[in-house]
Amino acid sequence: MIKLTRKLEFSAAHFYHNPKFSAEENRRIFGKCNNPHGHGHNYVLEVTVAGEPDPETGMILDLNELKEILEREVMVRFDHRHLNRDVPELADKIPTCEEIAAVLWRILESRIDPKIRDGRLDHIRLYESPDLFVDCARNGR
Amino acid sequence: MKLSLTRRYMFPASHRLFRSDWSEEVNRRIFGKCANPHGHGHNYAVEITVTGAVDPATGMIVNLAELDAFVQARVLDEFDHANLNEQVPEFRDCIPTTENLCRVIFERLRGLERGRIERVRIEETAKNSFEYVAERAPARESAPYEFQEEHT
Repeated sequence: MIKLTRKLEFSAAHFYHNPKFSAEENRRIFGKCNNPHGHGHNYVLEVTVAGEPDPETGMILDLNELKEILEREVMVRFDHRHLNRDVPELADKIPTCEEIAAVLWRILESRIDPKIRDGRLDHIRLYESPDLFVDCARNGR
Repeated sequence: MKLSLTRRYMFPASHRLFRSDWSEEVNRRIFGKCANPHGHGHNYAVEITVTGAVDPATGMIVNLAELDAFVQARVLDEFDHANLNEQVPEFRDCIPTTENLCRVIFERLRGLERGRIERVRIEETAKNSFEYVAERAPARESAPYEFQEEHT
């Protein structure tokens, strides 16, 4: 099995606030991230697919197809957006790195898997900053 | 699918690789310049990977402020700007290679309140990195993220 990783970067704003918590609890649990005016990050996403190369093309999947999926599903929807307000999948969630990675996994799995003849999406890694990242992999890995 | 969160910390420290029960010549042959008598140092980069269920109320596997405070109290307070051989008790009878450093840090981080430490990875230099991976935990502790809506 061969793995292929594509990397992309998007910039987005967010803030953490749970309406079920009091103002004081929000401040205590979420700290600076609770600032209602929001703040932002340059997120770096690594998308890894795994499979057997097609003998006709030598490719697990056509990189152009992968690039198109990532442009349409990640860049258009997440880049220069406000994650709380502009991304419906995150509307009722706290847009932490964990939750964003879970949403991205779900979107990408459904779009990428059908494009791979012999393989599938293997894992994604989402960096919020160089010292914080979340990995999302198939169960059992 | 399974989620894990990794946080990266830096600390500079000094160490020396040698065994007092070996001759100087054997130490020199096995450990090379790492056996120089007065020690030397590195900027260690430590990656702590935590796995577990995401709390829907906070969106978090572990609260980063709590993780940072935990790592600070259990490890960084003692290891940062320290001489590992002389100031970290675990290395009194144990050579402070980065392999052993991974294991010592993993042991010190037992008992995190939320989440489970799955891996400790240390970069000793840009060229050398080491990691210690936890034995597979009981299913209850390593519960994978569960989607609230339809998804398998």
